[in-house]
Amino acid sequence: MENHNAERIIDITNLQISFGNQEVLKNVSLQLFNGENLVVLGKSGSGKSVLIKCIVRLLDSASGIINVFGENVNTLNGSKLNDLRKKIGFLFQSGALYDSMTVKENLEFPLRRIRKDLSQPEIDTKILEALENVGLADALNKMPSQLSGGMRKRISLARTVVVDPLIMLYDEPTTGLDPVTSDEISALINEVQKKYKTSSIIITHDIECARATADRIVMLQDGEIYMEGNLAAFENSKDPLIKAFFK
Amino acid sequence: MKIVLPVTKAKNIVRGNSLKISEKTIAQTHIINNFLTNIANVCLFFARFIKQSFTPNPEFREFFKQCFQIGYKSLPLISVTGTIMGLVLTIQSRPVLANFGAESLLPGMVAVSLIREMGPVITGLICAGKIASSMGAELGSMKVTEQIEAMEVSSTNPMKFLVVTRVWAAILMIPLLILYADGLGILGSWAGANLKGDVTFSLFFAQAFSHIDFYDLIPAVIKSFFFGAVIGLVGCYKGYNAGRGTESVGIAANSAVVISSLLVLIVDVIAVQITDMIG
Repeated sequence: MENHNAERIIDITNLQISFGNQEVLKNVSLQLFNGENLVVLGKSGSGKSVLIKCIVRLLDSASGIINVFGENVNTLNGSKLNDLRKKIGFLFQSGALYDSMTVKENLEFPLRRIRKDLSQPEIDTKILEALENVGLADALNKMPSQLSGGMRKRISLARTVVVDPLIMLYDEPTTGLDPVTSDEISALINEVQKKYKTSSIIITHDIECARATADRIVMLQDGEIYMEGNLAAFENSKDPLIKAFFK
Repeated sequence: MKIVLPVTKAKNIVRGNSLKISEKTIAQTHIINNFLTNIANVCLFFARFIKQSFTPNPEFREFFKQCFQIGYKSLPLISVTGTIMGLVLTIQSRPVLANFGAESLLPGMVAVSLIREMGPVITGLICAGKIASSMGAELGSMKVTEQIEAMEVSSTNPMKFLVVTRVWAAILMIPLLILYADGLGILGSWAGANLKGDVTFSLFFAQAFSHIDFYDLIPAVIKSFFFGAVIGLVGCYKGYNAGRGTESVGIAANSAVVISSLLVLIVDVIAVQITDMIG
């Protein structure tokens, strides 16, 4: 039992959050185990993005416990929360690249703040390596406005992994992308897991992305966990809602 | 953290107890609730700004970048405005002064009115239009596109990086822009005086500065620091607290201009009253 607990990177118990009168998450409990890719599926508005924003405390939950590496996120003070956030990479739905900075500056920004031990040549090397990993080394001096949607997503992924996070949180990584680019992003997610040995939560409603990346799947419906299992369990499910997703 | 007062909950309790309260009263309660919530959020924002201003490891690089954006990039607009201010004031005042045979007072009159009042207020309003709107739109679009949240998860305090640097840059640069506009205004006035006359540069400036002392300059400089604070804080507050959709970026920019312009005028009235009381 103890060994099993030690493998739990994220442990969420009875998480509840409301916006005004609307209850977004109702007693959600889930775990992320070391080295796995956990896909959280669900319709738009089912509370998927809210869930991962609570993990890094971009949103405060009404009740429940979120333990990340054994620390309760809700009780951490400013500096301890920052220390924890340094271990977590968050890929935003929109990419969230800083518009006023070049690609290089975008990657340099978190590196300078999180990896203060690195010298400038080391920073430059890491930036180039991260960009090569996403196949965009030539975009170093471009502005985000000069990049396509897929390129922005890749640069954003490079910015997230450049600081060597232990956990990756992907918020709709393939939304708004064509099928080919979506497949490339899904492949990159798997590469990141292998290369950086990360544990990941992937929020998506893109079944192809889920098929390509999931070790385990959790389905959210109206703020509650509807089903949990591996890909095969979902593919073979007779439940009409699950079938509607996996047809 | 944003404060939200629980009026909706109160409304339900009131209804549950079957007290006869009209919809109009509930609507009025909502207006008061929103007003008080806004006041509380502004106070909270200001308190966070003060707190973050004095925490270790200031963001000097971003501060100097913002000084460049606010100061240097406003120079063309302020140059034109300042010069035209002096020029127009001279062209309009000259015939009136000539009627009283007081044309020699023109440089002094223009210099005093520019330095005491017109320079700071007009430059302040121009800066409110240019700087507050730009801050409101930039931070608003950063909020909409999750860039502020991205900063937060990169262990960077966005309040410190985005707001503190911009507000202090505005506090520092707007007084300098006002002094620059004053100088160009006097230069424009000299050009205006030479349109229908012949005054040497040295004579005009000697006349102008003979009517000015530190009691004209100091209150104007002090109030211009407050103009900078008001413009920076309102611009950042509106952008930082913009809503979720793209429409809210426009609303943030627009309300930043309107509120900061209004506050510049209110600060000016208060400053004039204080200066008048001190004598």
